[in-house]
Amino acid sequence: MSDPVLRLVNIKKRFGAHKVLRGIDFSIHEHEVVVMIGASGSGKSTLIRVIHLLERIDDGQIVLAGEDISDPRVNEDGARAKIGIVFQNFNLFPHKSVLENVSIANRIVHKLPKEEAERIGMELLTRIGIAEKANRYPDQLSGGQQQRVAIVRAIASNPQLLLLDEITSALDPQLVGEVLDLVQELKAAGSTILMATHEMDFARRVADRVVFLHEGRIAEEGPPERIFEDPRHPATKEFLSRLRIK
Amino acid sequence: MNIRDFGGNGDDVSQIELKRRGFRRRQTGKSLLISCVSLLVFAAAIYVIFSHSEGWARVQAAYFSPERFVEAIPKVGKGLLLNIKILCVSVVCVGITATLLAVARTTRSAVLFPLRLLATVYTNVFRGIPMIICLYLVGFGIPALGIFGRIPAEVLGCVAVSLIYSAYVAEVIRAGIEAVHPSQRMAARALGFSHARTMRIIILPQAVRKIIPALMNDFVAMQKDVGLVSVLGGVDAVRSAQILNAVNFNYTPYVVAGVFFILMSFPFILLIDRYAKRLQNREQLQGAV
Repeated sequence: MSDPVLRLVNIKKRFGAHKVLRGIDFSIHEHEVVVMIGASGSGKSTLIRVIHLLERIDDGQIVLAGEDISDPRVNEDGARAKIGIVFQNFNLFPHKSVLENVSIANRIVHKLPKEEAERIGMELLTRIGIAEKANRYPDQLSGGQQQRVAIVRAIASNPQLLLLDEITSALDPQLVGEVLDLVQELKAAGSTILMATHEMDFARRVADRVVFLHEGRIAEEGPPERIFEDPRHPATKEFLSRLRIK
Repeated sequence: MNIRDFGGNGDDVSQIELKRRGFRRRQTGKSLLISCVSLLVFAAAIYVIFSHSEGWARVQAAYFSPERFVEAIPKVGKGLLLNIKILCVSVVCVGITATLLAVARTTRSAVLFPLRLLATVYTNVFRGIPMIICLYLVGFGIPALGIFGRIPAEVLGCVAVSLIYSAYVAEVIRAGIEAVHPSQRMAARALGFSHARTMRIIILPQAVRKIIPALMNDFVAMQKDVGLVSVLGGVDAVRSAQILNAVNFNYTPYVVAGVFFILMSFPFILLIDRYAKRLQNREQLQGAV
Protein backbone atom coordinates (compact mmCIF):
# COMPACT_ATOMS: atom_id res chain seq x y z
CA MET A 1 0.00 0.00 0.00
CA SER A 2 1.03 3.60 -0.56
CA ASP A 3 2.02 6.06 2.17
CA PRO A 4 -0.80 6.36 4.69
CA VAL A 5 -2.77 9.63 4.68
CA LEU A 6 -2.36 9.79 8.43
CA ARG A 7 0.03 7.99 10.70
CA LEU A 8 -0.08 8.34 14.47
CA VAL A 9 2.97 7.28 16.45
CA ASN A 10 2.72 6.77 20.19
CA ILE A 11 0.33 9.67 20.81
CA LYS A 12 0.02 10.71 24.44
CA LYS A 13 -2.13 13.44 25.89
CA ARG A 14 -3.03 14.33 29.42
CA PHE A 15 -5.26 16.93 31.03
CA GLY A 16 -3.72 17.70 34.41
CA ALA A 17 -3.33 14.38 36.17
CA HIS A 18 -5.74 12.60 33.87
CA LYS A 19 -4.05 10.64 31.07
CA VAL A 20 -6.54 10.70 28.23
CA LEU A 21 -4.39 9.13 25.53
CA ARG A 22 -1.79 6.63 26.66
CA GLY A 23 0.11 5.85 23.49
CA ILE A 24 -1.91 5.51 20.30
CA ASP A 25 -0.33 3.97 17.19
CA PHE A 26 -2.51 3.91 14.17
CA SER A 27 -2.64 4.61 10.42
CA ILE A 28 -5.32 5.42 7.92
CA HIS A 29 -4.88 4.97 4.17
CA GLU A 30 -6.39 6.80 1.26
CA HIS A 31 -10.11 6.11 0.62
CA GLU A 32 -10.34 4.27 3.90
CA VAL A 33 -13.20 4.82 6.36
CA VAL A 34 -12.20 4.08 9.93
CA VAL A 35 -14.77 4.19 12.70
CA MET A 36 -13.71 4.66 16.30
CA ILE A 37 -15.97 3.26 18.97
CA GLY A 38 -15.59 3.18 22.72
CA ALA A 39 -17.21 4.34 25.93
CA SER A 40 -17.53 8.03 26.78
CA GLY A 41 -14.19 9.22 28.11
CA SER A 42 -12.20 6.59 26.25
CA GLY A 43 -10.39 9.33 24.33
CA LYS A 44 -12.18 9.31 20.95
CA SER A 45 -12.92 13.03 20.85
CA THR A 46 -9.54 13.95 22.26
CA LEU A 47 -7.81 11.89 19.59
CA ILE A 48 -9.75 13.70 16.88
CA ARG A 49 -9.01 17.11 18.39
CA VAL A 50 -5.35 16.21 18.71
CA ILE A 51 -5.07 15.14 15.05
CA HIS A 52 -6.56 18.48 14.04
CA LEU A 53 -3.98 20.22 16.27
CA LEU A 54 -6.73 21.71 18.38
CA GLU A 55 -4.95 20.24 21.40
CA ARG A 56 -1.20 19.89 21.70
CA ILE A 57 0.06 16.36 22.26
CA ASP A 58 2.40 15.55 25.15
CA ASP A 59 4.33 12.94 23.21
CA GLY A 60 4.37 11.14 19.89
CA GLN A 61 4.06 12.17 16.26
CA ILE A 62 1.25 13.05 13.90
CA VAL A 63 2.26 12.43 10.30
CA LEU A 64 -0.07 13.76 7.61
CA ALA A 65 0.79 12.53 4.11
CA GLY A 66 4.43 12.07 5.05
CA GLU A 67 4.80 15.39 6.88
CA ASP A 68 5.19 15.50 10.65
CA ILE A 69 2.61 18.14 11.55
CA SER A 70 3.34 17.85 15.28
CA ASP A 71 6.74 19.43 14.61
CA PRO A 72 6.68 22.96 16.04
CA ARG A 73 8.33 24.27 12.87
CA VAL A 74 5.36 23.46 10.62
CA ASN A 75 2.69 26.06 10.06
CA GLU A 76 -0.22 24.76 12.11
CA ASP A 77 -2.84 26.73 10.19
CA GLY A 78 -1.55 25.30 6.93
CA ALA A 79 -1.72 21.77 8.30
CA ARG A 80 -5.23 22.30 9.66
CA ALA A 81 -6.42 23.58 6.32
CA LYS A 82 -5.61 20.16 4.86
CA ILE A 83 -7.85 18.38 7.35
CA GLY A 84 -11.62 18.77 7.52
CA ILE A 85 -13.45 18.40 10.81
CA VAL A 86 -17.10 18.28 11.81
CA PHE A 87 -18.17 18.67 15.41
CA GLN A 88 -21.06 17.32 17.40
CA ASN A 89 -22.73 20.71 17.67
CA PHE A 90 -22.40 21.78 14.01
CA ASN A 91 -20.64 25.05 14.89
CA LEU A 92 -21.87 26.83 11.78
CA PHE A 93 -21.24 30.55 11.84
CA PRO A 94 -24.61 32.03 12.85
CA HIS A 95 -23.90 35.46 11.34
CA LYS A 96 -23.12 34.05 7.89
CA SER A 97 -25.60 32.66 5.36
CA VAL A 98 -25.53 28.99 4.48
CA LEU A 99 -23.72 29.70 1.23
CA GLU A 100 -21.19 31.92 2.99
CA ASN A 101 -20.60 29.18 5.53
CA VAL A 102 -19.64 26.67 2.87
CA SER A 103 -17.61 29.09 0.73
CA ILE A 104 -15.81 31.17 3.34
CA ALA A 105 -12.79 28.90 3.82
CA ASN A 106 -12.15 28.68 0.10
CA ARG A 107 -12.35 32.46 -0.20
CA ILE A 108 -10.34 33.51 2.83
CA VAL A 109 -7.93 30.64 3.44
CA HIS A 110 -7.50 29.16 -0.03
CA LYS A 111 -7.81 32.55 -1.79
CA LEU A 112 -10.26 31.45 -4.46
CA PRO A 113 -12.17 34.25 -6.19
CA LYS A 114 -15.62 34.83 -4.72
CA GLU A 115 -17.48 33.48 -7.78
CA GLU A 116 -15.43 30.29 -7.83
CA ALA A 117 -15.86 29.70 -4.10
CA GLU A 118 -19.59 30.28 -4.35
CA ARG A 119 -19.89 28.04 -7.40
CA ILE A 120 -18.27 25.20 -5.44
CA GLY A 121 -20.48 26.04 -2.47
CA MET A 122 -23.66 25.95 -4.56
CA GLU A 123 -22.59 22.66 -6.11
CA LEU A 124 -22.19 21.13 -2.67
CA LEU A 125 -25.49 22.54 -1.43
CA THR A 126 -27.19 21.13 -4.51
CA ARG A 127 -25.64 17.77 -3.75
CA ILE A 128 -27.18 17.73 -0.28
CA GLY A 129 -30.47 19.03 -1.66
CA ILE A 130 -30.70 22.40 0.08
CA ALA A 131 -29.58 24.70 -2.70
CA GLU A 132 -32.80 26.70 -2.33
CA LYS A 133 -31.79 27.56 1.25
CA ALA A 134 -28.40 28.96 0.26
CA ASN A 135 -29.26 32.47 1.40
CA ARG A 136 -30.94 31.46 4.63
CA TYR A 137 -29.10 31.56 7.95
CA PRO A 138 -28.12 28.43 9.88
CA ASP A 139 -30.76 28.84 12.59
CA GLN A 140 -33.47 28.62 9.91
CA LEU A 141 -32.42 25.06 9.06
CA SER A 142 -33.25 21.80 10.83
CA GLY A 143 -30.55 20.09 12.89
CA GLY A 144 -29.98 17.48 10.20
CA GLN A 145 -29.68 20.15 7.52
CA GLN A 146 -27.29 22.17 9.66
CA GLN A 147 -25.09 19.16 10.23
CA ARG A 148 -25.06 18.34 6.53
CA VAL A 149 -24.04 21.93 5.78
CA ALA A 150 -21.28 21.56 8.37
CA ILE A 151 -20.06 18.43 6.60
CA VAL A 152 -19.94 20.03 3.16
CA ARG A 153 -18.30 23.09 4.70
CA ALA A 154 -15.56 20.76 5.89
CA ILE A 155 -15.09 19.10 2.48
CA ALA A 156 -15.47 22.27 0.37
CA SER A 157 -11.71 22.71 0.15
CA ASN A 158 -10.95 19.06 -0.60
CA PRO A 159 -9.17 18.10 2.61
CA GLN A 160 -6.93 15.05 2.56
CA LEU A 161 -8.65 13.71 5.63
CA LEU A 162 -12.09 14.22 7.11
CA LEU A 163 -12.59 13.93 10.86
CA LEU A 164 -16.11 13.41 12.18
CA ASP A 165 -16.59 13.74 15.92
CA GLU A 166 -19.89 12.16 16.98
CA ILE A 167 -21.70 14.13 14.35
CA THR A 168 -25.11 12.57 15.02
CA SER A 169 -25.14 12.75 18.82
CA ALA A 170 -26.94 16.08 18.99
CA LEU A 171 -29.59 15.13 16.43
CA ASP A 172 -33.13 13.82 16.77
CA PRO A 173 -33.29 10.13 15.86
CA GLN A 174 -35.27 10.77 12.67
CA LEU A 175 -32.60 13.22 11.46
CA VAL A 176 -29.66 10.89 12.03
CA GLY A 177 -30.33 8.96 8.82
CA GLU A 178 -29.91 11.87 6.41
CA VAL A 179 -26.55 12.79 7.93
CA LEU A 180 -25.23 9.25 7.87
CA ASP A 181 -26.42 8.86 4.27
CA LEU A 182 -24.24 11.82 3.36
CA VAL A 183 -21.24 10.20 5.05
CA GLN A 184 -21.89 7.05 3.05
CA GLU A 185 -21.99 9.12 -0.14
CA LEU A 186 -18.66 10.68 0.76
CA LYS A 187 -17.21 7.22 1.23
CA ALA A 188 -18.51 6.20 -2.20
CA ALA A 189 -16.86 9.33 -3.63
CA GLY A 190 -13.54 8.20 -2.18
CA SER A 191 -13.05 10.42 0.88
CA THR A 192 -10.69 9.35 3.63
CA ILE A 193 -12.64 9.49 6.88
CA LEU A 194 -11.89 8.98 10.54
CA MET A 195 -15.08 9.00 12.54
CA ALA A 196 -16.00 8.68 16.20
CA THR A 197 -19.55 7.50 16.71
CA HIS A 198 -22.03 5.67 18.87
CA GLU A 199 -24.03 4.48 15.82
CA MET A 200 -23.00 0.82 15.83
CA ASP A 201 -25.18 -0.27 12.93
CA PHE A 202 -23.69 2.42 10.78
CA ALA A 203 -20.17 1.50 11.88
CA ARG A 204 -20.81 -2.09 10.89
CA ARG A 205 -22.28 -1.15 7.54
CA VAL A 206 -19.89 1.53 6.37
CA ALA A 207 -16.55 1.10 8.14
CA ASP A 208 -13.60 -0.50 6.40
CA ARG A 209 -12.04 -0.89 9.79
CA VAL A 210 -13.29 -0.48 13.34
CA VAL A 211 -11.06 0.71 16.17
CA PHE A 212 -12.10 0.15 19.75
CA LEU A 213 -10.65 2.67 22.19
CA HIS A 214 -10.44 1.80 25.85
CA GLU A 215 -8.90 4.02 28.53
CA GLY A 216 -6.74 5.94 26.08
CA ARG A 217 -5.40 2.93 24.20
CA ILE A 218 -6.48 1.01 21.14
CA ALA A 219 -7.77 -2.15 22.71
CA GLU A 220 -8.70 -3.83 19.47
CA GLU A 221 -9.03 -3.07 15.78
CA GLY A 222 -10.11 -4.97 12.71
CA PRO A 223 -12.80 -5.36 10.07
CA PRO A 224 -16.29 -4.57 11.40
CA GLU A 225 -17.57 -8.15 11.09
CA ARG A 226 -14.68 -9.44 13.18
CA ILE A 227 -15.03 -6.78 15.89
CA PHE A 228 -18.78 -7.06 16.19
CA GLU A 229 -19.12 -10.84 15.79
CA ASP A 230 -16.01 -11.99 17.55
CA PRO A 231 -14.64 -9.34 19.95
CA ARG A 232 -11.52 -10.60 21.69
CA HIS A 233 -10.59 -7.92 24.22
CA PRO A 234 -12.66 -8.20 27.41
CA ALA A 235 -13.42 -4.47 27.32
CA THR A 236 -14.76 -4.73 23.78
CA LYS A 237 -16.88 -7.70 24.75
CA GLU A 238 -18.38 -5.84 27.68
CA PHE A 239 -18.98 -2.65 25.67
CA LEU A 240 -20.76 -4.50 22.87
CA SER A 241 -22.79 -6.74 25.16
CA ARG A 242 -24.13 -3.70 26.99
CA LEU A 243 -25.26 -2.23 23.71
CA ARG A 244 -27.08 -5.42 22.78
CA ILE A 245 -29.17 -5.31 25.95
CA LYS A 246 -30.57 -2.00 24.81
CA MET B 1 2.30 25.79 28.73
CA ASN B 2 1.00 22.28 28.97
CA ILE B 3 4.35 20.61 28.77
CA ARG B 4 4.58 18.11 31.56
CA ASP B 5 6.40 14.83 31.87
CA PHE B 6 4.36 11.74 31.86
CA GLY B 7 6.79 10.52 34.51
CA GLY B 8 6.51 7.48 36.73
CA ASN B 9 5.52 3.93 35.83
CA GLY B 10 7.92 3.66 32.92
CA ASP B 11 6.14 6.32 30.84
CA ASP B 12 9.29 7.95 29.53
CA VAL B 13 9.22 10.87 27.14
CA SER B 14 10.49 10.16 23.64
CA GLN B 15 13.49 11.90 22.07
CA ILE B 16 11.20 13.56 19.54
CA GLU B 17 9.10 15.16 22.23
CA LEU B 18 12.20 16.29 24.12
CA LYS B 19 13.53 17.92 20.95
CA ARG B 20 10.18 19.61 20.38
CA ARG B 21 10.20 21.00 23.90
CA GLY B 22 13.73 22.27 23.43
CA PHE B 23 12.72 23.98 20.21
CA ARG B 24 9.66 25.59 21.80
CA ARG B 25 11.74 26.78 24.74
CA ARG B 26 14.30 28.38 22.43
CA GLN B 27 11.46 29.90 20.42
CA THR B 28 9.96 31.44 23.58
CA GLY B 29 13.39 32.74 24.60
CA LYS B 30 13.89 34.30 21.20
CA SER B 31 10.49 36.04 21.20
CA LEU B 32 11.11 37.31 24.71
CA LEU B 33 14.48 38.73 23.69
CA ILE B 34 13.02 40.43 20.62
CA SER B 35 10.22 42.05 22.59
CA CYS B 36 12.63 43.26 25.29
CA VAL B 37 14.97 44.79 22.72
CA SER B 38 12.13 46.49 20.85
CA LEU B 39 10.78 47.86 24.12
CA LEU B 40 14.17 49.32 25.02
CA VAL B 41 14.64 50.86 21.59
CA PHE B 42 11.19 52.41 21.78
CA ALA B 43 11.80 53.82 25.27
CA ALA B 44 15.19 55.20 24.24
CA ALA B 45 13.68 56.88 21.18
CA ILE B 46 11.01 58.58 23.28
CA TYR B 47 13.58 59.72 25.82
CA VAL B 48 15.84 61.17 23.15
CA ILE B 49 12.98 63.02 21.45
CA PHE B 50 11.71 64.56 24.68
CA SER B 51 15.02 65.38 26.29
CA HIS B 52 16.26 67.14 23.17
CA SER B 53 13.18 69.29 22.85
CA GLU B 54 13.64 72.97 23.49
CA GLY B 55 11.41 73.33 26.52
CA TRP B 56 12.37 70.10 28.27
CA ALA B 57 14.26 71.82 31.10
CA ARG B 58 11.26 74.03 31.87
CA VAL B 59 8.80 71.14 31.68
CA GLN B 60 10.98 69.09 33.97
CA ALA B 61 11.19 71.86 36.53
CA ALA B 62 7.45 72.56 36.45
CA TYR B 63 6.09 69.01 36.39
CA PHE B 64 8.80 66.63 37.59
CA SER B 65 10.62 68.46 40.35
CA PRO B 66 11.88 65.83 42.84
CA GLU B 67 11.71 68.11 45.89
CA ARG B 68 8.16 69.22 45.13
CA PHE B 69 7.24 65.60 44.47
CA VAL B 70 8.36 64.39 47.89
CA GLU B 71 6.87 67.44 49.55
CA ALA B 72 3.45 66.85 47.97
CA ILE B 73 3.15 63.17 48.92
CA PRO B 74 1.75 63.52 52.48
CA LYS B 75 -0.81 66.21 51.65
CA VAL B 76 -2.03 64.68 48.42
CA GLY B 77 -2.04 61.26 50.11
CA LYS B 78 -4.27 62.61 52.86
CA GLY B 79 -6.59 64.03 50.21
CA LEU B 80 -6.69 60.65 48.54
CA LEU B 81 -8.22 59.16 51.68
CA LEU B 82 -11.26 61.33 51.07
CA ASN B 83 -11.46 60.03 47.50
CA ILE B 84 -11.34 56.47 48.80
CA LYS B 85 -14.08 57.20 51.33
CA ILE B 86 -16.32 58.69 48.64
CA LEU B 87 -15.54 55.76 46.36
CA CYS B 88 -16.48 53.15 48.97
CA VAL B 89 -19.82 54.77 49.79
CA SER B 90 -20.62 55.40 46.12
CA VAL B 91 -19.88 51.79 45.15
CA VAL B 92 -22.46 50.53 47.62
CA CYS B 93 -25.05 53.11 46.48
CA VAL B 94 -24.39 52.37 42.82
CA GLY B 95 -24.63 48.62 43.38
CA ILE B 96 -28.06 48.86 44.97
CA THR B 97 -29.54 51.56 42.73
CA ALA B 98 -28.21 50.06 39.51
CA THR B 99 -29.57 46.60 40.30
CA LEU B 100 -33.00 48.02 41.09
CA LEU B 101 -32.97 50.08 37.90
CA ALA B 102 -31.90 47.11 35.80
CA VAL B 103 -34.58 44.88 37.28
CA ALA B 104 -37.16 47.61 36.76
CA ARG B 105 -36.16 47.95 33.12
CA THR B 106 -36.46 44.22 32.48
CA THR B 107 -39.95 43.83 33.93
CA ARG B 108 -42.56 42.83 31.39
CA SER B 109 -45.91 43.34 33.09
CA ALA B 110 -48.19 46.14 31.93
CA VAL B 111 -48.94 47.29 35.49
CA LEU B 112 -45.32 48.19 36.01
CA PHE B 113 -45.13 50.35 32.89
CA PRO B 114 -44.68 53.65 34.81
CA LEU B 115 -41.81 52.11 36.76
CA ARG B 116 -40.20 50.88 33.56
CA LEU B 117 -40.64 54.30 31.96
CA LEU B 118 -39.14 56.04 34.97
CA ALA B 119 -36.11 53.73 34.95
CA THR B 120 -35.65 54.20 31.22
CA VAL B 121 -35.83 57.98 31.43
CA TYR B 122 -33.46 58.00 34.40
CA THR B 123 -30.78 55.89 32.74
CA ASN B 124 -30.94 57.84 29.53
CA VAL B 125 -30.79 61.24 31.23
CA PHE B 126 -27.95 60.40 33.56
CA ARG B 127 -25.88 58.62 30.96
CA GLY B 128 -26.19 61.66 28.74
CA ILE B 129 -25.30 64.34 31.25
CA PRO B 130 -21.62 65.28 31.69
CA MET B 131 -20.26 64.40 35.12
CA ILE B 132 -19.10 67.93 35.82
CA ILE B 133 -22.53 69.43 35.13
CA CYS B 134 -24.17 66.88 37.38
CA LEU B 135 -21.66 67.76 40.10
CA TYR B 136 -22.48 71.47 39.81
CA LEU B 137 -26.23 70.83 39.80
CA VAL B 138 -26.12 68.54 42.81
CA GLY B 139 -23.31 70.30 44.62
CA PHE B 140 -24.65 73.82 44.41
CA GLY B 141 -28.32 73.19 43.59
CA ILE B 142 -29.30 70.93 46.49
CA PRO B 143 -27.75 73.14 49.22
CA ALA B 144 -29.41 76.17 47.62
CA LEU B 145 -32.81 74.59 48.27
CA GLY B 146 -32.09 75.08 51.94
CA ILE B 147 -34.02 71.98 53.06
CA PHE B 148 -31.20 69.97 54.60
CA GLY B 149 -29.09 72.70 56.13
CA ARG B 150 -25.36 72.55 55.47
CA ILE B 151 -24.29 69.41 53.61
CA PRO B 152 -20.60 68.43 53.48
CA ALA B 153 -19.06 68.47 50.00
CA GLU B 154 -18.14 64.79 50.16
CA VAL B 155 -21.78 63.76 50.69
CA LEU B 156 -22.84 65.81 47.69
CA GLY B 157 -19.98 64.27 45.73
CA CYS B 158 -21.20 60.79 46.63
CA VAL B 159 -24.70 61.66 45.48
CA ALA B 160 -23.53 63.04 42.14
CA VAL B 161 -21.15 60.14 41.41
CA SER B 162 -23.82 57.61 42.39
CA LEU B 163 -26.46 59.27 40.21
CA ILE B 164 -24.30 59.05 37.11
CA TYR B 165 -22.72 55.66 37.66
CA SER B 166 -26.00 54.01 38.65
CA ALA B 167 -27.24 54.77 35.16
CA TYR B 168 -24.16 53.26 33.50
CA VAL B 169 -23.98 50.20 35.70
CA ALA B 170 -27.73 49.60 35.37
CA GLU B 171 -27.29 49.23 31.62
CA VAL B 172 -24.45 46.76 32.10
CA ILE B 173 -26.52 44.70 34.53
CA ARG B 174 -29.49 44.79 32.19
CA ALA B 175 -27.32 43.44 29.38
CA GLY B 176 -26.24 40.67 31.75
CA ILE B 177 -29.80 39.80 32.68
CA GLU B 178 -30.79 39.60 29.06
CA ALA B 179 -27.76 37.44 28.25
CA VAL B 180 -28.95 34.69 30.59
CA HIS B 181 -30.71 32.17 28.41
CA PRO B 182 -34.53 32.34 28.63
CA SER B 183 -34.65 28.62 29.36
CA GLN B 184 -33.15 29.37 32.78
CA ARG B 185 -36.09 31.61 33.60
CA MET B 186 -38.54 28.99 32.37
CA ALA B 187 -36.80 26.24 34.35
CA ALA B 188 -37.04 28.31 37.54
CA ARG B 189 -40.69 29.26 36.94
CA ALA B 190 -41.44 25.59 36.24
CA LEU B 191 -40.13 24.73 39.69
CA GLY B 192 -42.64 27.19 41.16
CA PHE B 193 -40.35 30.18 41.75
CA SER B 194 -42.07 33.56 41.65
CA HIS B 195 -40.83 36.20 39.22
CA ALA B 196 -38.95 38.01 41.99
CA ARG B 197 -37.33 34.84 43.33
CA THR B 198 -36.38 33.73 39.83
CA MET B 199 -34.67 37.05 39.36
CA ARG B 200 -32.88 37.04 42.69
CA ILE B 201 -31.84 33.41 43.00
CA ILE B 202 -31.44 32.23 39.42
CA ILE B 203 -31.03 35.08 36.95
CA LEU B 204 -29.02 37.76 38.76
CA PRO B 205 -26.19 35.48 39.97
CA GLN B 206 -25.64 34.21 36.43
CA ALA B 207 -25.96 37.71 35.00
CA VAL B 208 -23.38 39.12 37.39
CA ARG B 209 -20.92 36.38 36.51
CA LYS B 210 -21.18 37.31 32.86
CA ILE B 211 -20.68 41.02 33.41
CA ILE B 212 -17.97 41.09 36.07
CA PRO B 213 -15.26 42.28 33.65
CA ALA B 214 -17.53 45.12 32.45
CA LEU B 215 -18.43 46.03 36.03
CA MET B 216 -14.78 46.12 37.05
CA ASN B 217 -14.13 48.43 34.13
CA ASP B 218 -16.83 50.82 35.37
CA PHE B 219 -15.35 50.57 38.84
CA VAL B 220 -11.94 51.70 37.63
CA ALA B 221 -13.53 54.59 35.71
CA MET B 222 -15.38 55.54 38.87
CA GLN B 223 -12.16 55.49 40.88
CA LYS B 224 -10.74 58.32 38.87
CA ASP B 225 -14.01 60.22 38.48
CA VAL B 226 -14.25 60.66 42.24
CA GLY B 227 -11.34 63.07 41.72
CA LEU B 228 -13.86 65.48 40.20
CA VAL B 229 -15.52 66.13 43.58
CA SER B 230 -12.71 68.66 44.09
CA VAL B 231 -14.86 71.13 42.14
CA LEU B 232 -17.30 71.13 45.08
CA GLY B 233 -14.56 72.20 47.48
CA GLY B 234 -13.89 68.93 49.28
CA VAL B 235 -10.16 68.71 50.02
CA ASP B 236 -9.41 65.51 48.13
CA ALA B 237 -6.23 64.52 46.29
CA VAL B 238 -6.84 66.81 43.33
CA ARG B 239 -7.82 69.74 45.54
CA SER B 240 -4.73 69.27 47.73
CA ALA B 241 -2.58 69.32 44.62
CA GLN B 242 -4.33 72.48 43.48
CA ILE B 243 -3.64 74.18 46.81
CA LEU B 244 0.05 73.23 46.68
CA ASN B 245 0.20 74.42 43.09
CA ALA B 246 -1.19 77.80 44.14
CA VAL B 247 1.45 78.09 46.85
CA ASN B 248 4.54 77.14 44.83
CA PHE B 249 3.43 77.70 41.28
CA ASN B 250 4.67 74.22 40.45
CA TYR B 251 2.63 71.50 38.79
CA THR B 252 4.40 68.51 40.31
CA PRO B 253 1.65 67.92 42.94
CA TYR B 254 -0.78 67.19 40.09
CA VAL B 255 1.61 64.55 38.84
CA VAL B 256 1.72 63.11 42.36
CA ALA B 257 -2.09 62.97 42.42
CA GLY B 258 -2.07 61.30 39.02
CA VAL B 259 0.39 58.69 40.20
CA PHE B 260 -1.74 58.03 43.27
CA PHE B 261 -4.85 57.48 41.15
CA ILE B 262 -2.99 55.11 38.87
CA LEU B 263 -1.62 53.17 41.84
CA MET B 264 -5.10 52.98 43.33
CA SER B 265 -6.53 51.42 40.19
CA PHE B 266 -3.68 48.97 39.74
CA PRO B 267 -4.80 46.16 42.05
CA PHE B 268 -8.23 46.12 40.46
CA ILE B 269 -6.88 46.09 36.95
CA LEU B 270 -4.74 43.07 37.84
CA LEU B 271 -7.79 41.45 39.37
CA ILE B 272 -9.85 42.02 36.23
CA ASP B 273 -7.15 40.57 34.00
CA ARG B 274 -6.80 37.50 36.15
CA TYR B 275 -10.54 36.97 36.32
CA ALA B 276 -10.95 37.41 32.56
CA LYS B 277 -8.20 34.87 31.96
CA ARG B 278 -9.80 32.35 34.28
CA LEU B 279 -13.12 32.78 32.54
CA GLN B 280 -11.46 32.26 29.18
CA ASN B 281 -9.71 29.11 30.33
CA ARG B 282 -12.94 27.67 31.61
CA GLU B 283 -14.93 28.42 28.50
CA GLN B 284 -12.40 27.48 25.83
CA LEU B 285 -11.76 23.91 27.02
CA GLN B 286 -8.07 24.91 27.15
CA GLY B 287 -7.54 24.19 23.45
CA ALA B 288 -4.40 25.11 21.55
CA VAL B 289 -6.06 27.59 19.18
